[in-house]
Amino acid sequence: MGFLVKVAGLVRKDLLSELRTKEMISSMLIFAFLVIVIFAFAFEPSKATTKAVFPGIIWVGFSFAGILGLGRSFTAERENDCLLGLMLAPVDRSAIYFGKVISNFFLVTLMQVVSLPVFFVLFDYRVTAGGIGKLVIIMVMATFGFMAVGTLLAALSANARTSEILLPLILFPIIVPVVIAAVKLTAMALAGSSWGEMGMWLRMLVVYDVLFLVIPFMLFDFVLEV
Amino acid sequence: MATGQFMAVLGPNGAGKTTLLKILSLLVKPTTGQIAINGQEVGDHLVKLRREIGVVSHNTFLYPNLTAYENLRFYGRMYDVPDLEQRIGTVIREVGMAYALGDPVRTFSRGMQQRMAIARAILHNPSVLFLDEPYTGLDQQAMEILNEVLKGLRDQKRTVFLITHNFDQGLDLCDRVVIMARGQLVYQASARGLSAADFKDIYMSHVGGS
Repeated sequence: MGFLVKVAGLVRKDLLSELRTKEMISSMLIFAFLVIVIFAFAFEPSKATTKAVFPGIIWVGFSFAGILGLGRSFTAERENDCLLGLMLAPVDRSAIYFGKVISNFFLVTLMQVVSLPVFFVLFDYRVTAGGIGKLVIIMVMATFGFMAVGTLLAALSANARTSEILLPLILFPIIVPVVIAAVKLTAMALAGSSWGEMGMWLRMLVVYDVLFLVIPFMLFDFVLEV
Repeated sequence: MATGQFMAVLGPNGAGKTTLLKILSLLVKPTTGQIAINGQEVGDHLVKLRREIGVVSHNTFLYPNLTAYENLRFYGRMYDVPDLEQRIGTVIREVGMAYALGDPVRTFSRGMQQRMAIARAILHNPSVLFLDEPYTGLDQQAMEILNEVLKGLRDQKRTVFLITHNFDQGLDLCDRVVIMARGQLVYQASARGLSAADFKDIYMSHVGGS
């Protein structure tokens, strides 16, 4: 119970701080919109090839915008040495990790909810209600995996002088399976495929999510010591 | 270090004062030796013993975009402080910051932030308090206020470990004084009857070559 209270306190603190500054959400949204506009001009929305690469465009936008947000999540803790203050407290290090994963997940999901309709409008992409439902579930699963590993690596890179450069360099190779699975599943959901047809990619996402929730749980203590 | 003692640690830059504080506040594991707090060795009691420790550094550990109240509430939850609202009221009055409870910390002066840092550090009623150069960046008035707060802590018989470069402040407040140089404790004595001028000679004779 105490563990959950601390996780909730950490999430509340992060969201309250973000509500005041809007640093993370505004930078993610601006970046996502820029990606949408650039791709909308680069590709002719009416062409069949554009429809084919549309799921990839969505996840390029989400991945890069998400990394911008992740980079901020721990560097903000460096101000006034707040991370040190947290480490001095009788808080299990995994509570700090889960608190950060949840607040990052919430903020990145918010960015996706706002920018996804703009993707569909600017690319003139029509989708059924069933397709949207499946897409929402896929986005939740993929974003969770992305945030689980991203939060661990954001903590690892936060103390580096070039953390903004280091984070994408170490994160992208590791999130490749999530991005590929997300792109494939998004394409299948938009094409009206059934859950059964998506089985292999869904299993891959589930395994990734579980794996990168358990590994940081064991490693986070050491990551914060770095 | 005895319970209820106020100890000042002085030494040149690089003497190992902050490293010692990091070890004693359970942030860094010692390469050799043991740490005991209130007679209890750290071992498997790491999280439990962290409740017994409060740390004030030159960095405040306060979230600048949260208000003073929100910061104290957050840290109170992290330390499982019972009757949190009442305790926040008590510590905020103790450091004379009740008037600014609803203001964001980023709008505070350095002196106000340092008083808030003390409120944060004593919120969970720690039995041992570590202060690492708390006077850094404070003007004369803020120093006076901080001294009053520290005297209050001394009168409450809390165990206080103060790292400072300031002879006058250190000797004025402490019961015992320690000099560190080259990672070693090179001098320790009672501070009673020791004047700043006498102590300066002692200090120079011990750290002269550092």
